Amino acid sequence: MEKQVKNEMKIELLSKSANEAFARISVAAFASQLDPTIEEIADIKTSVSEAVTNAIIHGYNNTEGIVKIKAKLYEDEIEIEVSDTGSGIENIEEAREPLYTTKGNLERSGMGFTIMENFMDELSVESIVGLGTKVVMTKKIKKEGTTY
Amino acid sequence: MNVKHFMEDRLLVFEITEDLDHHSSEIIRRRADYEIQRFMPKRVVFDFNRVVFMDSAGIGLVIGRYKTASSFGGKLEMMHVNENLRRIFEMAGILKMIPIVESLEKEKIG
Repeated sequence: MEKQVKNEMKIELLSKSANEAFARISVAAFASQLDPTIEEIADIKTSVSEAVTNAIIHGYNNTEGIVKIKAKLYEDEIEIEVSDTGSGIENIEEAREPLYTTKGNLERSGMGFTIMENFMDELSVESIVGLGTKVVMTKKIKKEGTTY
Repeated sequence: MNVKHFMEDRLLVFEITEDLDHHSSEIIRRRADYEIQRFMPKRVVFDFNRVVFMDSAGIGLVIGRYKTASSFGGKLEMMHVNENLRRIFEMAGILKMIPIVESLEKEKIG
């Protein structure tokens, strides 16, 4: 059976680092409709922060562009898509390796994708050089067992 | 970020008071490097007591200050690392290099 979308939202923001907090807090507030635990919210916030930071630093290389965020709520799951129309990733596999970074000079640790993979249940990365990158991640929100 | 300097102990404490992401860590790192170069402490401690949120930018910030402190002969420690932060530091494998201490008191020898 097709999963039924219960709610949906979209945000577009300028690729300014000051918007990173706005992005993660907005998605977390939207996700709260699924009644997640504090840990689940922390996982979502961290993952969104990583994806949006990647779009700003790598996608747009700190130039001006639009970062798009879409989120869909299902019965027990949230799907979050973060996309940019920036430079794209040449080798996705390499980019996803822990500690791999092309921005060591900016003190980037190369742990962004590793954190997204660990904190979310699914992560897919699509990218075309010169056109942009789209990251889609989903997280199951466990329902508490009812006691009455 | 609040900076505390204890001259007799050559100890410098950075009390982080904001969420740690790419945006804030760039501001913090400039200030922190300036203070380390100014005081050349033997011990630098990042106090995360007031940090609610941190992403991978925190890893870069800490590793970078480890390097700055080392270049002046100092060592780096962290305290008040909550479960969320610890998980991220563990993932990056930096806790062997940069230990978490319980307090600012000098570690007892022996």
